[in-house]
Amino acid sequence: MKTLNKLQLSIAAIALSFNVIASPSVQLEDANTDITDTASLQNGAKLFMNYCSGCHAISFMRYNRIGSDLGFSDADIEANLMFASDKVGENITTAMPEKGAAAWFGGTPPDLSLVSRSKGTDWIYSYLKGFYADESRIFGVNNHVLENASMPDALWSLREGQSEKAFDSDVRDITNFLDYVGEPVKLIRTDLGKKVLSFLAILFVLTYLLKKEYWKDVKYGIWRKRD
Amino acid sequence: MKNKQSWIDQRFPLTKVWNEHLAEYYTPRNFNFWYFFGSLAMLVLVMQLVTGIFLTMHFKPDSANAFASVEYIMRDVEWGWLMRYLHSTGASAFFVVIYLHMYRGLLYGSYKAPRELIWILGMVLYIALMAEAFMGYVLPWGQMSFWGAQVIISLFGSVPVIGPDLLVWILGDYAVGDPALNRFFSLHVVALPLILVVLVFLHIVALHAVGSNNPDGIEIKKNKDKDGIPKDGIPFHPYYSVKDIMGVVAFLMIFCTVVFFAPAMNGYFLENANFVLANPLKTPDHIAPLWYLTPFYSVLRAIPPMFGSQFPGVLGMGAALVILVALPWLDRSPVKSIRYRSAPFKWALGIFVISFIMLGWLGMQPVNELNAFLARLFTILYFAFFILMPWYTSIGKTKPVPERTTE
Repeated sequence: MKTLNKLQLSIAAIALSFNVIASPSVQLEDANTDITDTASLQNGAKLFMNYCSGCHAISFMRYNRIGSDLGFSDADIEANLMFASDKVGENITTAMPEKGAAAWFGGTPPDLSLVSRSKGTDWIYSYLKGFYADESRIFGVNNHVLENASMPDALWSLREGQSEKAFDSDVRDITNFLDYVGEPVKLIRTDLGKKVLSFLAILFVLTYLLKKEYWKDVKYGIWRKRD
Repeated sequence: MKNKQSWIDQRFPLTKVWNEHLAEYYTPRNFNFWYFFGSLAMLVLVMQLVTGIFLTMHFKPDSANAFASVEYIMRDVEWGWLMRYLHSTGASAFFVVIYLHMYRGLLYGSYKAPRELIWILGMVLYIALMAEAFMGYVLPWGQMSFWGAQVIISLFGSVPVIGPDLLVWILGDYAVGDPALNRFFSLHVVALPLILVVLVFLHIVALHAVGSNNPDGIEIKKNKDKDGIPKDGIPFHPYYSVKDIMGVVAFLMIFCTVVFFAPAMNGYFLENANFVLANPLKTPDHIAPLWYLTPFYSVLRAIPPMFGSQFPGVLGMGAALVILVALPWLDRSPVKSIRYRSAPFKWALGIFVISFIMLGWLGMQPVNELNAFLARLFTILYFAFFILMPWYTSIGKTKPVPERTTE
């Protein structure tokens, strides 16, 4: 009886591990982005504003925040990145009317402020690269990552004009930019973290020595002589 | 200085309180690693209160604005992101610390006479903390906030007879929405923090009246010197205050590593789906509470509906919590500490810890046949720890407990 139970348990454990492995449905490509690469972020911002922002807002983000974080001047931003508003302090919304969006795409294209946090960078990268021709769909394309996506292959002209390697690099830059948009503070968080931890490490040594000094009394049983 | 001190002492018992709780509070000299977590829990509580005050200054408890106001804190409020990450990581850290603190109680029999009230106050604190954490998680109004609230609050609807009315009374509406968010905010920032602070105060008053237990499970007050000071006791201040400060710094190093390098903790502290605004029309594929509530969520799911009602599961989940209160009376062993316990208790504790961890893990997984079977198995083992305790603590051979604390 005991052996039978053990056997059942081990079968259960093996089945369990398979269950975990088998869960992701689509194989995602590694986005391999680097948020410290400013040139990549700048290129990503430019591409996003030109290829994506016509339909997708990133409404928790402000134009001048991108400017100060990625090293664009206000004039740069106004000339090259602002298509839907006229003040650099504004949130980045889209010019597309909601009614039109519903008629053209069946709904408002989602705000992408937090897409990197809800879906992850690998998903974004694989999705943007995942379009393939499918005549049964309204825009003539379908997507490997998101079956029956209602979005057209917005980057097709970008892909047509260059090598596959250069295109992958551009998609990576857009993904990198969206990762930054998801959490702008990521740019300074880890640097600050290193400083905080260094400080705490020094403090730990000091507090350890302090404790050791006091506890000598306890070790030698003389603590009451202190008073 | 002396003058000022006596001026205050004639009007407020400052010196008396200082001596009773710090300078002349005699604490066993043999505390080990497990005894850091009480003071750490206090640290985390204060940190949650302080960061919470700053978050409350900018958060909007309104279903139309809550989600955006959290992102406003993350982006536009100076140091808002740090306050938010300290608070969200603090919630999980609170449970890590509390679970280790409770496990210490199990290891060394800290719940046994004469410390039953400390244990009961602690259990009420634990349940209040769960309520506090649950309501806090609803506030950012993401998909998991909304659907988590939907699942948990619907449990009240399963209460026979009054269920449906109770549900409407709790929500202030027929579904989770703006009124629920607003009242959860009120409970999260006023009612429950007040309850927590009062309970912590009582927990400590009771502890300092009885005196701390220790890894040997010896009552140090039984062995006093001619001045009436326990021979194995040392004043809490300065000895344990300097030791706890060291513990605090070590804890902060681990804590800050999470805050600065992995604040979402791969979806365990901030779930990915919660970065999507709550949508009542779109149920997420997989709803799971945060990790610290999942053991009890597993018990809930493990108990099948009976007579067409989910209520047995709800009762089972409640029982899994309430049964902890009975622990001091279920334990018949003559010794407190694991060091001198009999073998059957050591086995039971080991199985209990495994069951609790497995229930926690299963609570995060989708339900399938195997998971449901395992959840039932571990639910039975979880309850067996308590129900069989009067039996297995009275059999087996305990080791002799020494007169004085050991090194």
